[in-house]
Amino acid sequence: MFRNQYDTDVTTWSPAGRLFQVEYAMEAVKQGSAAIGLRSKTHVVLGCVNKANSELSSHQKKIFKVDDHIGVAIAGLTADGRVLSRYMRNECINYSFTYESPLPVGRLVVQLADKAQVCTQRSWKRPYGVGLLVAGLDESGAHLYYNCPSGNYFEYQAFAIGSRSQAAKTYLERRFENFTDSSRDDLVKDAITAIRETLQGETLKSSICTIAVVGVGEPFHVLDQGTVQQIIDTFEIAAEQEDPATEPDAATGQEAATEQGTAADQGGSTDEGAAPMDI
Amino acid sequence: MALKLPQNSLLGSQSDSQRTLYPYVTGTSVVALKYKDRILMAADMGGQQLALGSIDLKPFSYVHMRYKSVERMKPIGKHSLLGASGEISDFQEILRYLNELILYDNMWDDGNSLGPKEVHNYLTRVMYNRRNKFNPLWNSLVLGGVKNGNKYLGTVSMIGVNFKDNHVATGFGNHLAQPILRQEWHENLSFEDGVKLLEKCMRVLLYCDRSAVNKLQIAKITEEGVTIHQPYSLKTYWEFSTFENPAQGAIGSW
Repeated sequence: MFRNQYDTDVTTWSPAGRLFQVEYAMEAVKQGSAAIGLRSKTHVVLGCVNKANSELSSHQKKIFKVDDHIGVAIAGLTADGRVLSRYMRNECINYSFTYESPLPVGRLVVQLADKAQVCTQRSWKRPYGVGLLVAGLDESGAHLYYNCPSGNYFEYQAFAIGSRSQAAKTYLERRFENFTDSSRDDLVKDAITAIRETLQGETLKSSICTIAVVGVGEPFHVLDQGTVQQIIDTFEIAAEQEDPATEPDAATGQEAATEQGTAADQGGSTDEGAAPMDI
Repeated sequence: MALKLPQNSLLGSQSDSQRTLYPYVTGTSVVALKYKDRILMAADMGGQQLALGSIDLKPFSYVHMRYKSVERMKPIGKHSLLGASGEISDFQEILRYLNELILYDNMWDDGNSLGPKEVHNYLTRVMYNRRNKFNPLWNSLVLGGVKNGNKYLGTVSMIGVNFKDNHVATGFGNHLAQPILRQEWHENLSFEDGVKLLEKCMRVLLYCDRSAVNKLQIAKITEEGVTIHQPYSLKTYWEFSTFENPAQGAIGSW
């Protein structure tokens, strides 16, 4: 991005009608590690790639439970994300206390968006540098929203944000029409596959991704490492047993050819190396 | 009318001209019950006003005036009906609060709406809060409604006590109507049976509650909405033989 003379503060318009500070804030989201979300009629799944400063440190927390029926995955400045999660938790708990009923997701998202908008119109504030994928359930069904630093929000069937999210988006674009009627487990599998797309060749391990689910009869919770690892194992085993020309598994063919840190069968890997790749 | 408290009152020395110390114009019982997948509520249209003035800082407790067309049941939003007994001006204040609540709810325009459960809990919070400030809304409220096929019936008192039940009543209704309801209420009442049952309760209240007035309204809440019927009177019977000559069986000088 090149320097502009109109980008010093958020209350200055450019002659082309842009607020550069807000756009720079959206850049910060693009630089964060990937987060994806997808929904069916009854469930919403969030996933994110865990980044750690170094091998010695723990991973940054990017998925937050806001209430039993709402959770959020963030990309960008995680500190801003933490503060916004606290705001969301507050709003949910206050609503629950007054009305003994869960806060409808759509309303929380609008409140969040209005809060972000305030920061685009005060000279002493800066926009939040975090994009939020809000997943929730209410009377009208399962919802997935994306809140961006500009104060806009959109509802999605599936979405991905952060670095290398385009690969995940492409994968999701191919599959999203089937998501509405997907089962919960298929949705989780699709989420993990979408995350794998953003890794672009790195091995998919449960230690570098976090998955969370919310659904009818299932309060929001993060799946534990063991469960995630099992799911990763199942589709790598399935990929080795199936015909390598099948569309989504062809990508695993490439992965099987590279180092296998996790799969049980080492023997099948070299056979898959010849499979054509479908990128 | 400002009541001056004695100097060393426990309630503090601030001006108390705005607090409700005792109710002035009150409505009497409200009775409500669930039937099938709907709610029925009944209340009379009486309001009675306490005498003005006081002696020794104690209010008079005899009736000074009666109002005969007080509507004590009002629809709230699309799904609920609120019935109130107690101070009518406080009921009007509650209606103002709820009006604002429903207005903001509608302004979201997003397909979500506050149902009877949410309104009931909101009212509980309001009543309890006011009680904590020693400035209660002097009402006992009955909140009924149907949303998405689920029927809901609850009550809140002026000190914030709230609960839900299959049939509720306020004030004297608790003592005179609830026993009847406990005996005769069952899950599968029809509309006609429900009305008959309510009328039975209201008739007892008419006979025994001195603040009751013989002009009542029945309200029905279904999934489609709220209907408050036109007021009507109950037939009463006063030709009991003991009334004709009350002294007949009495032996003695008085």
